[in-house]
Amino acid sequence: MAGSGTAHLRPQDEVMLQVTDLVVEFPAGKGRTVKAVSGISFDIAPGETLGLVGESGCGKSTTGRAVLQLPVPTSGSVVLDNEDLASLDAETMRNRRTKLQMIFQDPISSLNPRRMVGEVVAEPLNVWGPKGQDEQWNIVARILDQVGIDPGPARYKRPHEFSGGQCQRISIARALVTGPELIICDEPVSALDVSIQAQILNLLDDLKTEYGLTLVFIAHDLAVVKNISDRVAVMYLGKMCEISEADELYAHPAHPYTELLLGSSPVPDPSVDVSSIRVIEGELPSPIAPPSGCRFRTRCPAATEVCAQEEPLMRKVAEDHYVACHHPLVTPVEGGSAASAAPESAVSVTSQNAGDVPTV
Amino acid sequence: MDNEFQVGRVPARHVDDGESLLVVDDLRTHFEVPAGSVRAVDGVSFTLARGRTLGVVGESGSGKTVLSRSIMGLNTSANAITTGSVMYAGDEMVGKSSKEKKLLWGAEMAMVFQDPMTSLNPVVTIGRQLTEHVRYHLDMGRKEANEVAVALLKSVHIPEAESRLNNYPHQMSGGMRQRVCIAIALACGPRMLFADEPTTALDVTVQHQILNLLAEQQSDRAMAMILVTHDLGVVAGRTDEIMVMYAGKAVEKAPTAELFSQLRHPYTQGLLWSIPKVTQPKHTRLNAIPGRPPNLISPPTGCKFAPRCAYAQDLCRTDEPQLRSIDSPDHVFACHFPVGTPEGEAAFQSNIDAGHPPALAAVGKLRATEEVSA
Repeated sequence: MAGSGTAHLRPQDEVMLQVTDLVVEFPAGKGRTVKAVSGISFDIAPGETLGLVGESGCGKSTTGRAVLQLPVPTSGSVVLDNEDLASLDAETMRNRRTKLQMIFQDPISSLNPRRMVGEVVAEPLNVWGPKGQDEQWNIVARILDQVGIDPGPARYKRPHEFSGGQCQRISIARALVTGPELIICDEPVSALDVSIQAQILNLLDDLKTEYGLTLVFIAHDLAVVKNISDRVAVMYLGKMCEISEADELYAHPAHPYTELLLGSSPVPDPSVDVSSIRVIEGELPSPIAPPSGCRFRTRCPAATEVCAQEEPLMRKVAEDHYVACHHPLVTPVEGGSAASAAPESAVSVTSQNAGDVPTV
Repeated sequence: MDNEFQVGRVPARHVDDGESLLVVDDLRTHFEVPAGSVRAVDGVSFTLARGRTLGVVGESGSGKTVLSRSIMGLNTSANAITTGSVMYAGDEMVGKSSKEKKLLWGAEMAMVFQDPMTSLNPVVTIGRQLTEHVRYHLDMGRKEANEVAVALLKSVHIPEAESRLNNYPHQMSGGMRQRVCIAIALACGPRMLFADEPTTALDVTVQHQILNLLAEQQSDRAMAMILVTHDLGVVAGRTDEIMVMYAGKAVEKAPTAELFSQLRHPYTQGLLWSIPKVTQPKHTRLNAIPGRPPNLISPPTGCKFAPRCAYAQDLCRTDEPQLRSIDSPDHVFACHFPVGTPEGEAAFQSNIDAGHPPALAAVGKLRATEEVSA
């Protein structure tokens, strides 16, 4: 919920990307503001995969896009390789974009239907790579081959001639062609069948090893996220609830929201009595007027008075496992680095602009 | 193969015991296109008793959606040819005119579609969409129908139902819209509900809510339901029976518990293995099924799954297996080398030894780039 605080951040020399107090707000007209992301902090070590999980509307996609400075965040810093992206001028930022790429949710609509696959994948090279046709094709063909698309026949075909899974492979090839360091994968498998989903997850894992990639993997399915991630961050309504090493998070969820999310994930086992699993009741509150204190309190089974008044800060519950909750399911480690959480006011982040609807 | 097996097509067990609401026998739907005939549904038989739930599982393009549309008689385009028999409550559906079917649609059988964003009319209020067929089928006045609509919205747990009647679809979230779609489907009290991927477009949390809602409504109303999905996780624990489809045919059908405990078809196994599970440690290699479903205009000879199958032998590439059963007559499957039998295990082992790519994929030893090329 109200996951403010930075207790979970690691020293800057160990990480490649550090995001601190990221705030993204959109004007909603009539002086109102959509608080899509309200003070999120996280970091990623080189070669690591961070999973971002949460329901639609929790700000996970907005977070991913804000890292790429699309749009430029309202406040907060995004430090990539010791350089704050928010402070760069437009030209330098354009240069840095080769290091940052994105894979989108809907593989079919994220490819231009009127262009041939060879052109779609070569497009980033037109901006940043070699300009010669043959030189470009050599790179494109090698990468298409690596994502499991036969380059020869694919070159002059258009996206509609491919299935959803193949289109997602083409999108991945397009993201890889500039040799990025960090790829933001925004729900790359949610639109795919389970069988194809497994192929894509395996592919991402292989490519990660091969190219030494660092990934931010955004999804709403906890099982998918666990499969691909080293660390997982759970988000709710623009705040971070919990961040932890992946196996630890699933073994000992500390946040009531994480536990409820885990229960919602369908299990392919008929002996599990689905009617006994607790569901999250109700709907996500409006990000225009989020609840005071902990943002999850309106739907939280453990909520008490204090949750309405005070915003919980990130506290350590185990090695590499932090939670922002007044009543965590795992007892926090006393003292520790938890105390170092900044004394931020409970009536959190200031809001100036008024905004548009946040992306998913 | 061995004589101990009951070889041959096992017909739908459709002795009318007065319990069967739906008896489908050798249903085929082909679409005539310039390139040939797309056999979307190619000889499917099953029965469904009143108040029971059948899960239909398969990948995109396996014919599961066309199957439910064929049963309802919704494939009305001129190039769709449906043959075989669909007996609904003793009444033949195939060949009925649109006029006759109109009396059944909504009143007797209803459907919840996959995408709640596009299956509602964006320029008509929720209230009117809910009452349209109530007024048609049940001959109600506007006022009375509105009361029914409010009661329906309450039954699908939509808060402030009265004020919602004047809302347009864009004013509601995806989960809310799917609840409205369910309310519309339930409005006239159908005895048969088709849910075609009702939760694929939704978040896991909302998915859980919607599936619970469907189960609750089904038991309250003693409705039969066909739940179509590509995710075995969705149908486990929520269905009485599961039918797995591949390339327009049923390849395995069994009571839910038995399907999971003793699956026989390699395709079912592949589907189950491709699902990432929260109980597995992170970075567990998924045992993906390589390749894609076949082209339904010119499918491979023999078993349609053979090119992607970890168990496939030469026999599979020439002879198409028929549905049969080993121990329980309720559990049928179409495979020459079923999972969990000595022949099956031997076939699997020999494929691994020979480095057959689908077999390597099934044990997580195939590179992801090769998974596409089956």
